[in-house]
Amino acid sequence: MEAYTALRQFADSWGLLGMALFFLGVVLFTLRPGADAQAKEAAQIPLKED
Amino acid sequence: MNYVSETILLAVGTFLALLGAAFAYDSLFAAHMWVLFFVLLVSTVVMLRKISFAPAGQTSKSSVQSEYFDEVIKYGTIATVFWGVVGFLVGVVVALQLAFPDLNIEPWFNFGRVRPLHTSAVIFAFGGNALIATSFYVVQRTCRARLFGGNLAWFVFWGYQLFIVMAATGYLLGISQSREYAEPEWYVDLWLTVVWVAYLLVFLGTILKRKEPHIYVANWFYLSFIVTIAMLHVVNNLAIPVSFLGVKSYSAFAGVQDALTQWWYGHNAVGFFLTSGFLGMMYYFVPKQVNRPVYSYRLSIIHFWALIFMYIWAGPHHLHYTALPDWAQTLGMVFSVMLWMPSWGGMINGLMTLSGAWDKIRTDPIVRMMVMAIAFYGMATFEGPMMSVKAVNSLSHYTDWTIGHVHSGALGWNGMITFGAIYYLTPKLWNRRRLYSLQLVNWHFWLATLGIVVYAAVMWVAGVQQGLMWREYDDQGFLVYSFAESVAAMFPYYVLRAVGGAMFLTGALLMAFNVTMTILGYERQETVPGAAPALQPAE
Repeated sequence: MEAYTALRQFADSWGLLGMALFFLGVVLFTLRPGADAQAKEAAQIPLKED
Repeated sequence: MNYVSETILLAVGTFLALLGAAFAYDSLFAAHMWVLFFVLLVSTVVMLRKISFAPAGQTSKSSVQSEYFDEVIKYGTIATVFWGVVGFLVGVVVALQLAFPDLNIEPWFNFGRVRPLHTSAVIFAFGGNALIATSFYVVQRTCRARLFGGNLAWFVFWGYQLFIVMAATGYLLGISQSREYAEPEWYVDLWLTVVWVAYLLVFLGTILKRKEPHIYVANWFYLSFIVTIAMLHVVNNLAIPVSFLGVKSYSAFAGVQDALTQWWYGHNAVGFFLTSGFLGMMYYFVPKQVNRPVYSYRLSIIHFWALIFMYIWAGPHHLHYTALPDWAQTLGMVFSVMLWMPSWGGMINGLMTLSGAWDKIRTDPIVRMMVMAIAFYGMATFEGPMMSVKAVNSLSHYTDWTIGHVHSGALGWNGMITFGAIYYLTPKLWNRRRLYSLQLVNWHFWLATLGIVVYAAVMWVAGVQQGLMWREYDDQGFLVYSFAESVAAMFPYYVLRAVGGAMFLTGALLMAFNVTMTILGYERQETVPGAAPALQPAE
């Protein structure tokens, strides 16, 4: 198969699925229970002394 | 500090530039190499004079390594202010050239050559220096680690200045590969690649040796900016030079593929240079200036991932109604419209960081500047998706509406957030109690804001009028206006646009003065309007 066609087929099947799942995973991971406390702590990083 | 090997390398580079000039394939390359030769020669002489020739061991180890490497950031701050003033000035000049064509001075100062000088000066020289300087500042503070790589950060700074000088002089000489925002020819591109890899090493190395367990979100934005720009720059500039010692090169792509590669690059230069990097600035300097943590840290993470996942697909909206396949145009449009969500999520996050401290907009002109920047971020990221819709684009494309849109984003968002960061950084870096004058900051704020408003409003009117004139048919099916008529109709708008730009430039000059006086250690005795409540007599 031609390289373009092969890449194109991969891109709009597994590539697309993989990226969409990764993105959803990141969002769900960020919103998981218990992440709030960690996030509040991380938000304080710039406000510690210079 | 002795920079012996660095000086030797500079001398070798100087000699190579001389050889380049001698054996050049074309006269433009020879001229450009002469420029390089003199720049490197001066640098070598300056470096030579700095070398201490005292016997080993007697050289004073005066420079005790401090906690943070701030010297290069000081240089970066000054370079940002300097290139900002230069870039805005050239912008006013090109605006006047459009209104008064006699100002085109052939051949070096034609609009066609000066315009890329303006865009590159403001985006890459002003914006780039601001990004490099602030990223070095932020990554050290939020990782609580000194910059990685020692003198490599100096190489990044000076190497980047050399890129700017070579790009700028190249444009004026007439050397261009005519790709928007990627005009420098192949040899300057190669140099930028080297500098950029060094930049990535310094930044990533600092993150890797951090003492803070968590990587603060501003660093994510900065890192995505550095990595993506490296990728975009390399792919878009793939080209075959005609000669090893000549200026001309041909793109590795042809036809519509070439156009799409260029706008994949071009729009992501907006997305990752002018948005992602500057959001890194926002997520550090806004919390610092209002002394409050970011409104929602989790929103900032989602903002980050959504932005980088969507931006990369938006480029095709620059090629509506062209030879680009229809599905690709629609894809670009859909992703541009979806981008609205993460953009406004980020805007809300930035603005709401002020919750509980809204009074600071009244009392602190620097906060006011940052808030105006975020407001313009919101406006520009609303206007952009709207203009990417095909029906709207059929009116707006190729008109001055686009120019107005770009400037409300670039002057409003990038300019204002950078000014805010510079006003924050200057007293910190030079250990001053405060800025020379907050009243001047206030003047800068109003001059810049009104300048942008004049500029953007005028360009809206001009653009819509242009678009309507170009598509006006009579009942016989003939075009009503010739192109020259639509050009002539623009005259009053072009004059007003130059007025708006001149106001913005005046504000930047005030900033340059203010920053200089702060560095020199002066403090102006003044009362800041709004800082203290005005008391009313009891009745």
